Amino acid sequence: MATSSTAADPHAAHPAHGASPAHGGHPPHLAHQFDTPAQQFESVVQGMWLFLATEILLFGGLFCAYAVYRANHPEIFYYAHKYLDTFWGAVNTVILLCSSFTMAAGVWAAQRGRRGMLSVMLALTLLGGLGFLGIKYVEYKHKWEAGLLWGRHYQPRYPPGYHGDPAGQDAPAPRAPAAGAALSVATPPATTAPPATPLGAVPNAAARGNPPDTADALAATDGPTVTATPAVPTADAPDPSWNLHPFESGPRGLLLPGQAPPLASEPLPVRNVHIFFGIYFAMTGLHGLHVVAGLIVIGWLLVGAVVGRYSGGYFTPVEVGGLYWHLVDLIWIYLFPLLYLIH
Amino acid sequence: MTAISPEAVFDRPADARPDYLRIRAGLASWLFTLDHKRIGVMYLVGILGAFLLGGIFALLIRTELFTPARTVMSADRYNQFFTLHGAIMTFLVIIPGIPAALGNFVLPIMLGARDLAFPRVNLASFYLWVVGAILAVLAIVLGSVDTGWTFYVPYATETTMGGVIPVLLGAFVLGFSSIFTGLNFIVTIHKMRPPGMTWFRLPLFLWALYATAIIQILATPVLGITLVLLIVERVFKLGIFLPALGGDPVLYQHFFWFYSHPAVYIMILPAMGIVSELISVFSRKHIFGYTFIAFSSIAIAIFGFFVWGHHMFVSGQSTMLSTIFSLLTYSVSIPSAVKVFNWLATMYRGSIALKTPMLYALAFIFLFGIGGLTGLFLGALATNVHLTDTYFVVAHFHYVMMGSTLIAMIGGLHYWWPKMTGRMYSEKAGVIAWALVFIGTNLTFFPQFIMGAHGMPRRYYNYPPEFQFLHQLSTVGSYLMAVGFFLTAAYLLHALFRGARAPANPWGGATLEWRCASPPPPDNFERPPVAGDPYDFSEIDYDPQTGGYVYTPRPAPAAASAAH
Repeated sequence: MATSSTAADPHAAHPAHGASPAHGGHPPHLAHQFDTPAQQFESVVQGMWLFLATEILLFGGLFCAYAVYRANHPEIFYYAHKYLDTFWGAVNTVILLCSSFTMAAGVWAAQRGRRGMLSVMLALTLLGGLGFLGIKYVEYKHKWEAGLLWGRHYQPRYPPGYHGDPAGQDAPAPRAPAAGAALSVATPPATTAPPATPLGAVPNAAARGNPPDTADALAATDGPTVTATPAVPTADAPDPSWNLHPFESGPRGLLLPGQAPPLASEPLPVRNVHIFFGIYFAMTGLHGLHVVAGLIVIGWLLVGAVVGRYSGGYFTPVEVGGLYWHLVDLIWIYLFPLLYLIH
Repeated sequence: MTAISPEAVFDRPADARPDYLRIRAGLASWLFTLDHKRIGVMYLVGILGAFLLGGIFALLIRTELFTPARTVMSADRYNQFFTLHGAIMTFLVIIPGIPAALGNFVLPIMLGARDLAFPRVNLASFYLWVVGAILAVLAIVLGSVDTGWTFYVPYATETTMGGVIPVLLGAFVLGFSSIFTGLNFIVTIHKMRPPGMTWFRLPLFLWALYATAIIQILATPVLGITLVLLIVERVFKLGIFLPALGGDPVLYQHFFWFYSHPAVYIMILPAMGIVSELISVFSRKHIFGYTFIAFSSIAIAIFGFFVWGHHMFVSGQSTMLSTIFSLLTYSVSIPSAVKVFNWLATMYRGSIALKTPMLYALAFIFLFGIGGLTGLFLGALATNVHLTDTYFVVAHFHYVMMGSTLIAMIGGLHYWWPKMTGRMYSEKAGVIAWALVFIGTNLTFFPQFIMGAHGMPRRYYNYPPEFQFLHQLSTVGSYLMAVGFFLTAAYLLHALFRGARAPANPWGGATLEWRCASPPPPDNFERPPVAGDPYDFSEIDYDPQTGGYVYTPRPAPAAASAAH
């Protein structure tokens, strides 16, 4: 990697130069292909910026997928984002911003040869990153337990916006996710862009030129009938109305036992909500992998700082490690509002 | 004739140190080398090996298509073979091809530098290529893949064939190999030019590699994320592309082609760079329109990002979008044509030497002319609907990939062979092999234009008997090509061991790589030579004593050193 290309002893790489007296005064960290330390530093920094550009394009594909699906199905994103805990997302944002600050302070210290401060700052950055990962772990764990996963694994157990204790007073009775047998690929009509009635202020299907969907219209198609009373679910029996059903009962909460299905005149709830979670896990997962990689880099820098590898004359790895960490932070700065703060 | 001292030719005595091949021996000295020249040679060996593998699949395909019904294999096996042929040739041979095998070797020396900016990144890029190659071969063993090299969903995610994931992972890894190479080249060209080499004194091969590197940096990550999403879709059923889960399969096509169209410019730009060098040197004339050629490389790189939709005219995208893509596609043809006109103008009233590299360059102009012009048929909406997914498309892209990129790569290989190996090959064998390859290429692919226009679909195992004659012509042509390539390998290998020793500058080139020994010492130049005009041949004179050319700057310096 560009970060490591200058750290090794150039003499080992080039035996002919090894003990040559013609290279007296040759700076120890100057690689043989470069003429001056300044050229080396500028080249490495430029190489890292180019690598960051590739990372931006890598995430760009996912941001593009987000944009496409959100443009076509805004109701999915508006509905599903309420499952996310904005508080912990904001905490994560603050943690990463602070860790970016400590990283920048570390680079500042490295430029001035202040080894102690550099080590402390790198350690703080590492802690920040670990904190971020810890919170992400908690968030993912909650999603797993709540059945809020992607694709066919989307089997929600709670209504959106509910983040409390399952045993709490206002909690709906948690139920086991239905077995896969309840799922049927055939139940949704086979269209790639199912018309979904949006909610609230989002433009509705009629405004977009589609015929308004009603429960009756769908009941008349080959899809499963809405008017059929869902079987009263027990704590253990699978409830077919929960999983990839053509309907999720929307903002009024999930269809609870004994609850009547929506009236024919009411707008339909949101379909294909799992798409949001597919994109959520893809984006935050890829970001998380980059955080892990960043932590490995920072850990390695910390080891180098402690043993005194860096000085005012040579701090290039710290500089480019810092650049990478700032990009990881920047990507989260974009992810957070797009996923958590949708209005 | 004046005695020309070695110091006037090199910046150190000619036989002061062993060359890069002989400086150290042993497998470890190669596997852990940081020398760009050794890495380039390893890449060359790997890429030619992959070309052999992909070529064998091609011959099997063509053999099967000799008769309308089953000839030598089942339909399923046929599907696997065209998929593997495409994937191996695209990802292992043609995309890395010239930048990795030739660019790695030549770029630093052309800049008068000691190495690339990041030798370790270079080695990492090679290791990644090897991993990608292993994964591709693993795919063959682990259950094969028959999705076509484009891996369209939903078949790519639904099929149970075991080779899909290894191939996707292999392509992902190869993408990073490509990115690292491009990153290295950009920084090297930015930061390590010698004194006197301003941007407009860069050799055109370096302009081409620079433009290629820009595409590698910007386009390849999109392939990376596309393949990752495809793997995740397949393994975890993410739901982003699969219609059964509310996803959009055309979105996959957009993502895939957003990379894969610029990828074809990664393939062709370095080839055009080589041709610029060859035409100028073997016409002994300054390249015509240097600035136009340089800017046209950048223009192709930029415009190439805006035309991916022309692979999707029949995917159901809106007519307005298709029209825009069609218009932009035509705009990309303009810089390419600019180059062809400049090459022809360079040759006009030049002193043309029909050596083997020049023959390949001339073949390139002819074959690229056909390949490029047939792209225009495909770029027009109305004809595209008729020609999509027929053999016309197959013929078009083989003319530009095989007939242009690969031909230029072999021409470049012959051009720089004396520099890389220190040996000359047999010119007579070179001409014979060239003729076989040239005739074979045309015989293989020209009939495919005809049968495609008459409706023969691509990737089809069976076909109506009226196409049989054209298929047979094509198959015979492919065997002819194969003979030509095997002959090339034979005489090049022979040259390695028995060839005449090469002078520093056998062809009379004016670029800096001809100022160091053949083969070069490990660090190329002690200090970079001062760069002048890379296409000014007035200071390059033939020296019958060495059988090569020498650079004698005028006025000749009193001191015995050409570099200062």
